[in-house]
Amino acid sequence: MLEIREIYKNYEGRPLLQGISFAVQAGETVCLLGESGSGKSTLLRIIAGLEAAESGSIWWDGEEISDMPAHKRGFGLMFQDYALFPHRTVEQNVAFGLRMLGLPRAEVEARTRAALGIIRMEDFAKRAVTELSGGEQQRVALARALAPNPRLLMLDEPLGALDHALRVQLIAELRSILHASAKPAIYVTHDREEAFGLADTLMLLHQGRIVQAGTTAQLFRQPANAWAAGFLGLGTLLSGSVVGLEPLRVKTALGVLQASACGQEWQVGGAAQLLLRPRDALVLHGMPEGENQFSACVVDCLFMGETYQSHLRANDFSFSIQTDRALAPGSDVTIAFPPERVSCLKGEL
Amino acid sequence: MSNMNGKRGGLWWKLLLWLLPAAFLLIFFYQPLTAILRLAFSMRAEGGGQSFFPGLAAKTFAFTLWQAVLSTLLTLVIGLPAAYLFSHYEFAGRKFLRLIALLPFILPTVVVAVSFNSLLGPRGWLNVGLMALFGLSEPPVRLLNSLPAILLAHVFYNSSIIIRIVGGAWSRLDQKLTQAAQMLGANPWQVFWEVTFPLLLPAAAGASLLVFLFDFTSFGVVLMLGGPAFATLEVEIYTQALYLFNLPLAGLLSLIQLAFTLLVAWAHNRVSLPRYGKAALSAEKANLRPPRTKKEKVFTFVTAAVLIALLLLPLLSLVTRSLVSLEAERGERGEAQTGFTLRYYRELFRDTTGSIFYVPPAVAVRNSVLYAAAAMLIANMLGLITSYALHFSGRLARWLEPVLILPLGASAVTLGLGFVIVFRRAPWDGVSFSILIPFAHALVALPLVVRTLLPALRGIPDSLRQAASTLGAGWARVFREVDLPLLLRPLLVCMVFAFTISLGEFGASSFLSTGRNPTIPVAIYRYISQPGALNYGQALAMSTILLVVCALGSLAIEKARLPGEELF
Repeated sequence: MLEIREIYKNYEGRPLLQGISFAVQAGETVCLLGESGSGKSTLLRIIAGLEAAESGSIWWDGEEISDMPAHKRGFGLMFQDYALFPHRTVEQNVAFGLRMLGLPRAEVEARTRAALGIIRMEDFAKRAVTELSGGEQQRVALARALAPNPRLLMLDEPLGALDHALRVQLIAELRSILHASAKPAIYVTHDREEAFGLADTLMLLHQGRIVQAGTTAQLFRQPANAWAAGFLGLGTLLSGSVVGLEPLRVKTALGVLQASACGQEWQVGGAAQLLLRPRDALVLHGMPEGENQFSACVVDCLFMGETYQSHLRANDFSFSIQTDRALAPGSDVTIAFPPERVSCLKGEL
Repeated sequence: MSNMNGKRGGLWWKLLLWLLPAAFLLIFFYQPLTAILRLAFSMRAEGGGQSFFPGLAAKTFAFTLWQAVLSTLLTLVIGLPAAYLFSHYEFAGRKFLRLIALLPFILPTVVVAVSFNSLLGPRGWLNVGLMALFGLSEPPVRLLNSLPAILLAHVFYNSSIIIRIVGGAWSRLDQKLTQAAQMLGANPWQVFWEVTFPLLLPAAAGASLLVFLFDFTSFGVVLMLGGPAFATLEVEIYTQALYLFNLPLAGLLSLIQLAFTLLVAWAHNRVSLPRYGKAALSAEKANLRPPRTKKEKVFTFVTAAVLIALLLLPLLSLVTRSLVSLEAERGERGEAQTGFTLRYYRELFRDTTGSIFYVPPAVAVRNSVLYAAAAMLIANMLGLITSYALHFSGRLARWLEPVLILPLGASAVTLGLGFVIVFRRAPWDGVSFSILIPFAHALVALPLVVRTLLPALRGIPDSLRQAASTLGAGWARVFREVDLPLLLRPLLVCMVFAFTISLGEFGASSFLSTGRNPTIPVAIYRYISQPGALNYGQALAMSTILLVVCALGSLAIEKARLPGEELF
């Protein structure tokens, strides 16, 4: 349905977006995940028609809409700080888009009520939006964006300003509303939890490019490079250089470790980052003697409810592991990372 | 130290703080005001048969209202596009043009009147040019002493208020709101009427009423550009009191003037309340961008050209005309001496006429500077004390603030009239009117001083003072180490403000300055009212000096003003 081709955009003379291309299918929720300043909001505003790209094009159902003004695109955008009209009531805010469609009054009223019903705020219809709490404003903004039945819904960090407990609750609510509406949606956030909770397809934006796109499971299992693994918080990264190819062996601060090539080409002497996932660590008895085994000192051990998280130190390298049993701080333990579980990745952090 | 003690001590402090401003306002404002009231009502009681008085009053009121409405509408026509220009577009010369556009607010009325005279008057550039071009013997354009001249000067004066207030609000309007409307399918026209217009309305209505207030109380401009045919209430008060010695009628007119301005000031306070809190404002000012489309470029060019023609041309004309001699002076040989000259400036400091009415201009300059310095000190001391009194009186301030802002509603001419009525009688009759001038000027400046200082004072978190006192500072030390450094910039702004206001004040000065001790504006008025090229040239030269001083003051205020602060 929506197709973005080769979007380039500069910000204050420096390249911000460098050739962004992707597509959004019917009913799909795409999450754009990136650090603040990565240009993800700008990309959203370019798709919305609020900003112009240096080059590239935007297509909808095979028709180019790059030069179409924002108010004719029929896209809904939910702003980061909601941008509710302060001079209008809750009801009037939600009705705004319906009025712009030129619908008869009765229909405007009926659909406004329906939209307020979806967010369960019928009782707030006559309130001033300035009296609402953050969570209530967020829901009104969602209802306002959904009410005119846009062909694409875009959400710019819609939960950014809310506290954690409310966010968890609203992620679930948003997911059910997005699925019920069956609309294609683009959701922009810097928060992994939100992205994992909502995305059908997850896209990582870094240094103006899409680093990786895929389902959450794909990204989790197979991060495209070291930055993606670090940004997604998959584990500790250990840098080293390749010393052997079959099997892949990497020289690191913890000695020479065997790792999975992750389907990439490697050369002896090439730089690599090893991803050590906390769940994959095995705590062994006795001295280290096999492949991928080394001894480490337990710095501290935290009780996390189901499991224990321990911070360890070996040869001045710090990493953390997750275990079912507690480890005694100050003690020395032998750690093993099974070779097939250690991902060898390219790129800087 | 217990809290109780602090509070009880606070009460005495508050009373003490209130004492000085209260005494000042009682003597210099409310006493003259009641004197005018008494005079106006005594006339009603005595003169039942003088029915032409109310007739004149009604006619004058009608004209005052009419020209004010017309001026305000014209000011909006010029000011609103300019406000849009400054709040949206970046273009070459923007900063300079903005400074020019904000300058008129602080310019003395006499300078404005003389500037327009130098451009459009019988000896002005336009007429002199046309006469030379077509060999005419009479000035062809007679724009002076007409309603258009008055309107033009009012637009010149007050577009700066629209630009400042509406432009400021426009640039702080959250752009996401208009973009949200766009995303909901609103076309540019709908975006404006549904979102921009309602959100700007408080600022626009407030600014319009303020412009209306200034147009309604206009004195110097109407007196000097309108000529004998046109009189606003202010001018009529002046004429009745100083030339016809009809104080009762002057009192009645003052009463009408005061009642109406209070009504407008009340309405202004009502409409300009910020209605939606911070919801409609963005944290930072909107990004300016260069005009892109052809339409935007034409708009930028036309608006900038109109502003230059309206705002810069009269001032340039004043400065250049004061440096050029264009005609034969009296007592010289018949041929015209045209060309660059500093003669008008040199003449300012030389006593040549020997007339007994003649006062060397240097005396006027000395007087004005002395008065301005005194007025500046009085207004700032008093303003500071008053601001503290208001700040510490909490909820009471809501009732007390209007009492202090009231002097703004009373016109300078009314003030002058009141002073004349009160201080010529016992026990004040020993007081020279000249000494009263700084007090009158301080009264005119006081509301602006309080309105600048009070927000700054409210902006100082009490926790800073508390932190200082827990670190061992006594109250005097707290004031010196915390309050004073934070108030320094606003205080500087106020000082420049009071000084320039006093330098250019004309209404009250025209009542209070004596024949041998004029202020600069009064001297300029005398020069321009007298025939002769030399008098004309001297008026231009003095106005130019005043213009330069005020422009420097305006620049200083712009530099020292905290960003984002508005004066109203």
